[in-house]
Amino acid sequence: MNRLEVKHLKKYYTSQKAVDDISFSLAPGSIFGLLGPNGAGKTTLIRMITGILFPDDGEIIFNGQPFNPDKDVAYIGYMPEEKGLYKKMKIGDQAIYLAQLKGLSKATALERVKHWFIKFEMQSWWNKKVEDLSKGMQQKLQFVTTVLNDPKLIILDEPFSGLDPVNSNLIKDEIYKLAQNGSSIIFSTHRMEQVEEICDHIILVNKGQKILDGSVNSVKQQFKENIFSIGLDSNPGNHQSEAFEVIQQKGHQLLLRIKEGYKPNDVLNHFLQQQIGINSFHEMLPSLSDIFIKLVEGTPLARQFQIASA
Amino acid sequence: MNKILLIIQREYLVRVKKKSFLFTTIGVPILIVVFYAIMIAIGASGGHEKNKIAVIDEAGLLSSGMEKSKSDASEYVFITGQQPDSLKVKYKSLGYDYFLYIPPIDITQPVNNIQLYSQSPVAVSQKNKIERMIDNAIELRRLQSANITREQYRSIKSNVSIDNKILNGKEEKKGVALVSSIVAFSCGMLIYIIMLIYGTMVMRGVMEEKINRIAEVMVSSVKPFQLMMGKIIGIGAVGLTQFAIWIVLILGLQMILSAFIPSFDMSALPQAAPGAAAVADNTDKLAAFRAGINSVPWGMISFCFIFYFLGGYLLYASMFAAIGSVVSDDQNEAQSMVFPVMMPIVLGFVIMTKAVAEPGSPLVVFGSIFPLTSPVVMVGRIMYDVPLSELIISMLLLVISIIFFAWLTAKIYRTGILMYGKKVTWKEMLRWAFRKQ
Repeated sequence: MNRLEVKHLKKYYTSQKAVDDISFSLAPGSIFGLLGPNGAGKTTLIRMITGILFPDDGEIIFNGQPFNPDKDVAYIGYMPEEKGLYKKMKIGDQAIYLAQLKGLSKATALERVKHWFIKFEMQSWWNKKVEDLSKGMQQKLQFVTTVLNDPKLIILDEPFSGLDPVNSNLIKDEIYKLAQNGSSIIFSTHRMEQVEEICDHIILVNKGQKILDGSVNSVKQQFKENIFSIGLDSNPGNHQSEAFEVIQQKGHQLLLRIKEGYKPNDVLNHFLQQQIGINSFHEMLPSLSDIFIKLVEGTPLARQFQIASA
Repeated sequence: MNKILLIIQREYLVRVKKKSFLFTTIGVPILIVVFYAIMIAIGASGGHEKNKIAVIDEAGLLSSGMEKSKSDASEYVFITGQQPDSLKVKYKSLGYDYFLYIPPIDITQPVNNIQLYSQSPVAVSQKNKIERMIDNAIELRRLQSANITREQYRSIKSNVSIDNKILNGKEEKKGVALVSSIVAFSCGMLIYIIMLIYGTMVMRGVMEEKINRIAEVMVSSVKPFQLMMGKIIGIGAVGLTQFAIWIVLILGLQMILSAFIPSFDMSALPQAAPGAAAVADNTDKLAAFRAGINSVPWGMISFCFIFYFLGGYLLYASMFAAIGSVVSDDQNEAQSMVFPVMMPIVLGFVIMTKAVAEPGSPLVVFGSIFPLTSPVVMVGRIMYDVPLSELIISMLLLVISIIFFAWLTAKIYRTGILMYGKKVTWKEMLRWAFRKQ
């Protein structure tokens, strides 16, 4: 059973189709990257999944049941891109309050907050106010408040912004642990290297529509351009071949694209026949960043307003 | 439902624990009472002024028998065998504060040649006491020369005061126009201030949530309506708490003060200066004032006050919340947006001042029924026997309006708190309010 299934979800505003027929599913324990340029409709999509907005059309299935915001929000943790906490409220009280709003009893909330504060070495913050914290500290606190209710679905929008590498790793490790324990995580960011590192599955959204869906590896395979890097012993004098074309040459290192109908072995054969020693040979898969840019390129930087016809 | 209680609790505690709450709640009544006490202390100190006054009484007005008022603590020393002109220059060196010179007088003529010498201006209260004393003495002489006893004179003298009997079909009561209008005006004023102060407090609270971007976290746990109502009810409870503390404090301080300063207690005043006509006048006024206070239908007033206080607050708080939700971090923007909401409150206040003077005029009747102005106007009008039918219609309309506006503003609020960086127009707000779902 999937943790979350989104079927043909639509949300139209008068000025634009914010989310236009998006479907995807999310397995328990998976880390899911939700990518897309600014204004692609990610936030609207997330707000529908968290029960903040009602979809105009389509269906959300949560744990096998139609999504019921009243009941299901207790199992969802949402950390929005724009982080926010009550500035004048004491940190300990605030964390307990937010946990209680998720449906925890006061005693359980207190226990969980203590547990996480110890884990993140935040005990000394208890009686401080949010306004006394640095941006990175607030970010940590926000993460803690998001996962206090032990949510089955965690939605993190740019969770690492403003964090130093040490704290980033701390939170990254927690994300892995939560996923191992069966929580599903939707991770929305513009930092492609983080997506490659963390996510097993991604979808790419542009102009309210899903334009890519798959595991990180399959997406890379899908967009590979048969580019290989080969390291040679000596300078290859003649590297003309029917099997490939050279894109770039740096000393003994060649970057080449294998032509249609040929295989990597044909390349190796070519150099072996010329008696040139081969030190290394590996495929150059495109980075997610390249794929992102390739797919989204041509889209105007700011999304133009269009009239929804439905 | 449990969540809305949590929100109410937080909104309430956060405000009640603030230092500024403590200051305004405890500080304001103390300031009022201290101010009051200082006023009384100043007034009382005049009465207990002790002066040593040298008197040359050539007319024999006072020396033949003096009726000093009880509040007059000064000592009068009659001096004979001295010329007024010589005493005039040396009374101070003889240890007197003032020198009173009463030359021979003709009681058939107006008396205007009595002198009181001093180094600096004499306190008004002291001068009044001496004047009253001499007046009494001259009056007594004139009565004697006309062969009229004091008793006869008292029975001749007339001092009319007209009683205003209020006939409301059930009982006959004494009313005092002044007391009615003071009570009506203060109640209306209080509701007006409450709606403005606590309304803007709700607005600022909503703006804080929006600007701090916590709104999005909150609405992923609770419904926007719960968040809005929790805030409104929580702040309303802060207001009620503040009122309760004020009432208790003011009553308590009054009791403490009246223990120390007897004259603080109004009932002690009439005995202060018996026999003095002016004071007798005051006593009558005071008695009338008390009768007036008793004529006020306090039960009815309290009920209506609490009803319209809560009603008016709830009605306007939801509107202020909606305004708070659409403005983005600009104080000026908030001010211009809030203006149309303030307008009917101010209008209500203006009509209320008219209600105090002309409770029956058509504008006032309309204002006391129209729900946007009724909380302020009806409280100002309630003193003057409002027909029960009008009262019921007014209350009913207010309740319906509260529900209607809560429903309407909740929709604006729901969209507004998640909207950033865009100036929202009134047209858009109306569209949010009236769209389906």
